[in-house]
Order: sequence, then C-alpha cells, then structure tokens
Amino acid sequence: MTPDWRWDFALEILPRLLRATGNTLTAAAAGYAIALILGLVLALAQRTKWHSITLVVRECVEFIRSTPLVLQVFFVFYVAPQFGINLSPWTSGLAAIGLHYSAYLSEVYRSGIDAVPRGQWEACRALNLPLRRTYLRIILPQALIPAVPGMGNYLVGIFKDTPILSVIGVAELMQMANTVGSENYRFLEPFTLVGIIFLFISLPAAGLVKLLERRLRLAMGL
Amino acid sequence: MDTSEYPLELPADDRPMVRFLNVNKNYGSFPVIHQLNFDVAEGEMVTIIGPSGSGKTTVLRILMTLESISSGVIYVDGKPLTHMVKGGILVPADEHHLRKMRSSIGMCFQHFNLFPHMTALQNCMEGPVQVLGLTKKEARERSEELLTLVGMIDKKDQHPSRLSGGQQQRVAIARALAMRPKVMLFDEVTSALDPEVIGEVTNVIRKLVAEHNLTMLMVTHQMGFARDISDRVCFFYGGKIEEEGSPQDLFGNAQRERTKQFLSAVKEAR
Repeated sequence: MTPDWRWDFALEILPRLLRATGNTLTAAAAGYAIALILGLVLALAQRTKWHSITLVVRECVEFIRSTPLVLQVFFVFYVAPQFGINLSPWTSGLAAIGLHYSAYLSEVYRSGIDAVPRGQWEACRALNLPLRRTYLRIILPQALIPAVPGMGNYLVGIFKDTPILSVIGVAELMQMANTVGSENYRFLEPFTLVGIIFLFISLPAAGLVKLLERRLRLAMGL
Repeated sequence: MDTSEYPLELPADDRPMVRFLNVNKNYGSFPVIHQLNFDVAEGEMVTIIGPSGSGKTTVLRILMTLESISSGVIYVDGKPLTHMVKGGILVPADEHHLRKMRSSIGMCFQHFNLFPHMTALQNCMEGPVQVLGLTKKEARERSEELLTLVGMIDKKDQHPSRLSGGQQQRVAIARALAMRPKVMLFDEVTSALDPEVIGEVTNVIRKLVAEHNLTMLMVTHQMGFARDISDRVCFFYGGKIEEEGSPQDLFGNAQRERTKQFLSAVKEAR
C-alpha cells in the first residue's frame, strides 16, 4: 500500500495552515512570556525568608509539574467558570500553558540561581548592596547564562505543546489541519505539513538559543 | 551575661574602632569563637594567625556580618554592630541597622569574588553608584583613582576572567576601598595566589598601611608579611586568642607553648 500523496491538495491547503501557524506562534510566544515572568516570581518566592511561602509555592510547582497540561487546560476553561472566572478559549489556553511552563521555568531559574557561587552573595553583602540590587545586578545576570539552554528547551517545548489548545477550540495549527482534513476527508497532507512546519520552526529555534547563549557569554565577559 | 548588661554605646574615652565583647559563635554545639574579648584601635593593623579551624576567618566573617554571633556584642566605632538600641536596651540588629553599620566595613576575600560579568572598573563603581548614590562620573573618578593606587588602571576595562589572580585581588581591594570603609578586613587574600604574584598584593597592602589611616584586620599565612606590617599580631587557638603582642615579641619571643609549636611548624613547612 503506497500512500496517495496529492501535491495539488497540499499546495491548496498550505496558505490556510500557514495562517494558523501565525496563531500557534502567537500562542507560544504569549504563553512563553507569561511563563518567563511568572517562573521568575515562583523561583524568587521560594527564596524568601518566610518558610510558609516557600513551602506553598514549592507544593504548587510540584502539583503543576505532576499533572498533565491537557487537564490544566480543561480545568481553566471548563471548571474555572464555576468559580465565576469566564475566560475565552484563547485566554484560558494562554493562562494554562503559561502557568504550566512557569512551573518548569521556575526550576530552571532556581538551579541557575543556586549555581551562583556563595562568594558572590558575600561580596554583595560586603559592599552593602540591598537585596533587590543584589538580585537584579549581580545574581540574576549570572544565573541567566547557565539557565539559557534550559529556557530554550522549554521555548521549543511550549511551541510543540500548543496543539493541546485545540481541545478547547483555539484555532491553532493542529486545529486547522484537523478542520481541513475533515472537510476533504484527507488527513495525510495536512498532518504531514503540520509536522514539517513544526520541524522547520523548532530546529532553527534550538540553533538560535545556542547562538544566544554564546553571545550572552561573550557580552558578559564570561 | 544577657545583653541588658552591655553598654548601649562605648564611652568617648574608651572607644576603639572595633570591640568584641564576650563574643561567642557556635556552629551547632561546636564553639568556633569562645568568649572573645578583643579591641582594634583606630588606624591599627592587626594580624590574626593560627592553625586552620582556630576561628580566625570567622572573626572577620562575623565582623562583616556575613554570619551572626551566638552571644556577646560587637561594637564598631563605639556603636553596637550586632545589636541595636530599642526601648533603651540592646536587641539583635535588624537588616536596616546592619546595612547602616556595615557601611563602615569593607572586606577582601581569599577567592576575590569579583563580579565576573563586570569589568574591573564596573566592579569598583558598583557599590558607590548603587549603595552610596554617587553619580556615574563621581564613581568613575573615585574608582579610577583607586585602580591607579593598586596599579590596575591599565586593565580597567578587562573582565575578571582576563586577569590573573593577583590582578583580580588588587581590583577587589580597590572595589572595597571605593566604599570608603573605616575598617578593612583581609581574609587570606594571598592564599589562593601563585607564589610569584603574592608580592603584588602584599605591596598594595603595605602601601595602604604606610599611606592611609585605615583600621585593618588581616588573616594571613604569610608570617614574614605579618611581621613586617602589623602593629599587633594575635595567635588564635581553639576559638580564642592564645597569645598576642607586637610582631617582634610574638615571632621572636613567644611565651605560650602552642604559639611556639605553631610558629616552628610554619617555619619547617617553608
């Protein structure tokens, strides 16, 4: 049995898939932006002097990392309205995926911060730098560089996970391929194209992350 | 003795730059510093020597407030450092008080601890700009002056990774001095250096002793250096001062058995 690949059909549906790719990229970028910021908040919240906050945040991070993303997406979209929180599929999807990845990124930040030698903290204290400046100017810049590869992995990861948003009707690439396939009773071309599009974006992204890491190291004189 | 029996402030006629009063420091149940009573006068250069584990580095670390003490009080320039006055009594210092008091103390570390992502000049400017509120221009002038003092002005735009250990340590000295501390602490600043560059760091410290009226407290294994520049040498053993005196007395005519043992062991090692 040879697969019956039709080039004319593939070319015909390509523009629709590319338009949906725009949505996928938007979702990935917005979700990642949320995760970058929230992840840092979660990481720093685990380093306060109040142990109860540390404990609560750590448990939340563990909880998020131990349950499937698709469940969290469903929860935000279908269950949150019962608590009076009504969000559109887009907003729900971004909130869920951003929250999910913030848990992972917080661990990346955490290990980056832990990797900064103790002597750096002591030098800050000897110079009498306030805690905020210590973090912003000394610790985080140094924590960032070893964190870049991990952060890059999750950038690709969040991008590859955006198809999950199709389960609540976000019109991203996977949803569009499914629609196109159902309309024409042909799934080979749309799903193959989806795979190729993902590949064509993920591979250079991973390369760019490597480049960014090297550039940052140079810029910081490390 | 609880803290209510300690003076809130030292009297004007008995006000050394640094005073340790009955200071104890324990790690768990292990005492690292035991009932330490110890003064450093203004402008004095005091060197602490002793075997490892004798608590000598801890003395500097608790004075820099990198570590807290278990009991007793430390005074700097007559005012309590580890405690603050609240409701007429001494209570353990909060971060605000520590920040205020810490500004009179500077420290250089065994492993330099320069900020790797900043140039030599930026390392020196960081404190003056971020903590003292100097303008960039003022901080740059001050830093360049100090980098000149330590002989590092021609490397001011290099990152620490491009500098040798001796060069990094000299930048670290300039960085600490840029905060204009009254007391400078040197914690084994030559221990991590290759033998051939030790001289460039000790020469900077010699220059500071000769030309500046800084109060200095130094932990070192360089006995010859300690002998040359100290006003007073303290031999630490078991978390307290076993013997102290002028360099001539301590190195030439030690009284206590442990001091003699230590000094002869050090001599043999060389």
